[in-house]
Amino acid sequence: MKHLLRWVAVTLCCVLGHSVMAEEVASLRGGTNINDPSLPAEIIRWQPESAPLPRDYVQQPPLIPHKIEGYQINLNANKCLTCHSWANYKKANATKISPTHFRGRDGIELANVSARRYFCTQCHVPQANTQPLVGNSFESVELLQPR
Amino acid sequence: MNQETKKAGWWSALWRPSVRYSVFSLLFIGFVIGVMFWGGFNTAMEATNQESFCISCHEMEENVYKEYKNTIHYSNRTGVRATCPDCHVPKEWTHKMIRKIKASNELWHKALGSISTPEKFEAKRLELAQNVWRTMKETDSRECRNCHSFDSMDYTKQARRAIQQHTEGFDAGQTCIDCHKGIAHSLPDMHDVDPSAVIGG
Ligand code: HEC
Ligand code: HEC
Ligand code: HEC
Ligand code: HEC
Ligand code: HEC
Repeated sequence: MKHLLRWVAVTLCCVLGHSVMAEEVASLRGGTNINDPSLPAEIIRWQPESAPLPRDYVQQPPLIPHKIEGYQINLNANKCLTCHSWANYKKANATKISPTHFRGRDGIELANVSARRYFCTQCHVPQANTQPLVGNSFESVELLQPR
Repeated sequence: MNQETKKAGWWSALWRPSVRYSVFSLLFIGFVIGVMFWGGFNTAMEATNQESFCISCHEMEENVYKEYKNTIHYSNRTGVRATCPDCHVPKEWTHKMIRKIKASNELWHKALGSISTPEKFEAKRLELAQNVWRTMKETDSRECRNCHSFDSMDYTKQARRAIQQHTEGFDAGQTCIDCHKGIAHSLPDMHDVDPSAVIGG
């Protein structure tokens, strides 16, 4: 009896396990085998620099309307802030970072940009015309759109 | 005793007029030797003006060279490359000689191992960068202008931010390095230079 139960369990595992494995694993890398070289990345053509882009909802991190190639953000310096900090924005003619960027994790207002807002490209991205990776039916808030 | 008179004889012989050779052949020999020295000198100058020479020091190869390889001056749309000496060694003869003589100080620090590890390099980096910034400021970024000249810039073809900053910046007498720090390498620790652009401040 014990033997029989074990056999049933093992067979079930195999059958179920197989069906799970057969399902396509959804990742950005697609179905490429782990040992194979990944597909060459799509060539991205960044959009030309422009005036600030309209926002789609109120709390949206604004999109970056210029190229950021080679702009480093590390312990030594943050290239973005050489133009966007309150000390520099006038000279650079850039938008200054808003006060939310000074708020620390526990809600305390700091004198300089907060550590959780230091890595700008976590939230802000430059623009390119590419195929969406995942289909979606997002629509921007109409009230915010310029007329 | 014998040895000494021999030496003295050699020396005085050098000052005696030649009996055996004509003035022309002596001039010719002098000319050939001169060409050889000058050629050798220039070859050495050229050899030390190659990128491969600059990065034969591991200090340069491991830090600045690796960073520069990710920048526009290493690889770009048009395939025109700016190498280390293009930005760091003046083209014009006298300025070039002065830079080369200054470089002997760099050899001295190489021997001392002043920047022999990445940590030591990082610690010295601000000082090194400030030396370059100061020189470029003094020369109105001469090495940049060897390739880029604002007279030949077509502003209308430039990006939005560049047009605005270039027209205003040049009118205000600013030079390339005022705005384009860190164009070929990672920036040094900027805490003292621009505290609003670093973490913590
Ligand atoms: C050389 C200066 C400079 C640097 C460096 C720079 N920016 Fe900008 N940025 C600007 C300017 C100028 C504008 C405004 C463009 C305009 O109004 O025409 C701008 C606009 C923006 C905007 C849009 C603001 C809005 O109101 O919609 C965002 C977001 C932004 N930049 C993010 C970044 C990030 C992130 C980085 C670093 C990866 C960065 N910028 C680096 C100059 C700079
Ligand atoms: C955690 C996400 C996040 C990070 C990181 C972040 N931002 Fe933002 N940023 C936002 C959001 C959300 C907004 C819009 C709402 C607001 O102002 O808070 C914004 C707004 C802005 C604006 C427009 C301000 C205005 O007055 O309209 C600028 C410019 C900007 N960010 C620049 C930066 C720069 C430069 C950095 C890096 C130092 C950075 N941001 C890091 C989320 C982020
Ligand atoms: C050997 C010639 C040469 C020298 C010297 C040189 N550059 Fe360049 N620079 C180039 C080339 C070539 C490009 C790339 C042009 C392209 O394909 O878009 C370039 C591009 C640039 C860009 C555009 C960056 C971008 O992301 O679009 C800037 C800014 C720049 N150089 C500044 C400088 C500064 C500052 C110096 C002096 C420290 C300098 N250059 C020295 C040849 C040179
Ligand atoms: C007042 C500041 C300022 C000065 C001075 C300045 N630049 Fe720029 N330059 C900028 C800004 C801002 C940009 C656009 C952002 C970027 O590419 O980093 C730019 C962009 C560029 C570009 C790329 C243009 C494009 O359309 O992509 C080149 C090349 C360049 N600069 C070269 C130079 C050279 C060479 C000098 C010195 C003769 C110089 N700049 C002096 C601020 C300046
Ligand atoms: C496009 C011009 C350019 C090229 C090419 C270039 N440099 Fe630099 N270099 C600079 C500027 C400008 C600085 C001043 C610091 C800064 O702004 O990053 C500098 C600084 C340095 C420093 C001081 C330390 C530091 O990082 O600030 C060293 C060392 C150096 N360069 C070595 C090299 C070597 C080696 C190469 C070739 C692999 C090279 N550079 C290529 C422009 C250039």
